[in-house]
Amino acid sequence: MSDVTDLGVAELRDGIRGGKFSAREVADAFVIKVSRAKALNAFIVETPEHALAAAREADEALARGDKLKPLAGVPIGMKDLFCTKGVQTTAASHILEGFKPVYESTVSQKLWDAGAGMLGKLNLDQFAMGSSNETSYFGNVISPWRKQGSNASLAPGGSSGGSSSAVAARLCPGATGTDTGGSIRQPAAFVGISGIKPTYGRCSRYGVVAFASSLDQAGPMARDVRDCAILLENMAGFDPKDSTSLNLPVPKWEELLSGDLRGKKIGIPKEYRLDGTPPEILALWDQGIEWVKDAGAEIVEVSLPHTKYALPAYYIIAPAEASSNLARYDGVRYGLRDLPEGANLQDMYAATRAAGFGDEVKRRILIGTYVLSAGFYDAYFTQASKVRTLIAQDFENAFTVCDLILTPTAPSAAFALGEKSADPLAMYLNDVFTVPSSLAGLPAMSVPGGLDKDGLPLGLQIIGKPLDEQGVLNAGLAIEQRAGFAARPDAWW
Amino acid sequence: MSVDTATVKKVASLARIAITDADAERLAPELNNILGWIEQLGEVDTSSVQPMTAVIPNTLRLRQDVVTEGGQRDAVLQNAPQGEHGFFTVPKVVE
Repeated sequence: MSDVTDLGVAELRDGIRGGKFSAREVADAFVIKVSRAKALNAFIVETPEHALAAAREADEALARGDKLKPLAGVPIGMKDLFCTKGVQTTAASHILEGFKPVYESTVSQKLWDAGAGMLGKLNLDQFAMGSSNETSYFGNVISPWRKQGSNASLAPGGSSGGSSSAVAARLCPGATGTDTGGSIRQPAAFVGISGIKPTYGRCSRYGVVAFASSLDQAGPMARDVRDCAILLENMAGFDPKDSTSLNLPVPKWEELLSGDLRGKKIGIPKEYRLDGTPPEILALWDQGIEWVKDAGAEIVEVSLPHTKYALPAYYIIAPAEASSNLARYDGVRYGLRDLPEGANLQDMYAATRAAGFGDEVKRRILIGTYVLSAGFYDAYFTQASKVRTLIAQDFENAFTVCDLILTPTAPSAAFALGEKSADPLAMYLNDVFTVPSSLAGLPAMSVPGGLDKDGLPLGLQIIGKPLDEQGVLNAGLAIEQRAGFAARPDAWW
Repeated sequence: MSVDTATVKKVASLARIAITDADAERLAPELNNILGWIEQLGEVDTSSVQPMTAVIPNTLRLRQDVVTEGGQRDAVLQNAPQGEHGFFTVPKVVE
């Protein structure tokens, strides 16, 4: 039998149901893979016992002849931003080191209820702030990919870089991610896998360590579009514990998957053709246009005139919300406490936060505090919130003439670790294609399209109308079917 | 708008993050660079635009005013760096 770790979510699910292999065999194989891949630093904590318990339950249910749960025996990786009961949850920070939540996030609970098992907690950029996985307290995640003829370590993207690295290296068939400004889509593109951020409010944020609450949204990362659809179905749904959760039924995304785009109009935003975009990215975009045409779609040019203001608006709104959300880490209720000799309460807060937060997190808290401070609030935060309205209106206007929008996912292939970390602004600019749809709360997905001249993956992004995850997944499938992306990194780890 | 080291120290104090003079020296140009870039938003005419409050139209739900998950003192205190007699403990705040 071939290696079960080469199989995706759907194949594992169906294989276990059909008795081709046991859930135990699957869990064992992935647990071994995870334990041997320390060089990637994709996991902060490994939880083989959790994966094996879920496998045992699946095998026993099958032996009894019970109907199997939707993800029975499928092991996954859990981004360490999701609170998992009794299992350390740190958001890759020092300030939360040792924190063992006494509750479970709704998204992770839904996945366990569906029969999935957890292989471990995946590394990320600290508090999900970063595009390269160089801000984790637990060290950089390394991409399994390398440029042809080079051994230099590459960034797996961020913030869900542990998730992208683990899925691409076949350490797990699928993983959870979270996306605030592109943190599912950009890492998926960097490692040649698929990932979808659903409409804001589809997945509960309860128990997800908060970064920017008006933007944060959970979603799946997996090797293909079908696997994303399956995982998303088992993550999404109304949750009374999250006041922004949408009270709507979860569609049967997997069942309704179709790569037939006849009758669909796909918009190409002219403002995304930025100066300085590498020709290979533009060529892939053109290729993507040909693929969706081949699937029956009609192409229309659309305009999103406020695109250039999306990033600066994002870098006001997200840090502002982060500065407020991260105020809870004060050394009193959980996590690290730094109490210098003779310190008073205020000193303790300041010392704890100085010791517990990394440089990028501090930078964003300071920016957030500055833009919200007296005298600057209207000039910065209110203005950014107004620009956000204009960006959302741009998309609304575009969607009067098209059903979906096709763009590149990122303006570059994966870069080397250290290449951009000295210049925060250069790093922020890597999110230029993903941030606008995040600001507008829209569903958006990245699928692998091809390789660049160095043999590194490049992704295409599909953006949909609110709640049209099906349209996004279908266009993703149409591209996937035509791209025939089968490249995978050579196992050097 | 230019951020000097005094402003960085003031903001850090508002954010309850202890910083040294050297940190402030290093952060001032970094923050200036980012804030300078952000200021291009001022170009956009927003005089007739409402600031966004909800990205997807959704009304805030109300729930019954009842205790849903009470009586969990031990669980609440479980991760506290320091707790005594069922309370969180902090340095003395009242002399």
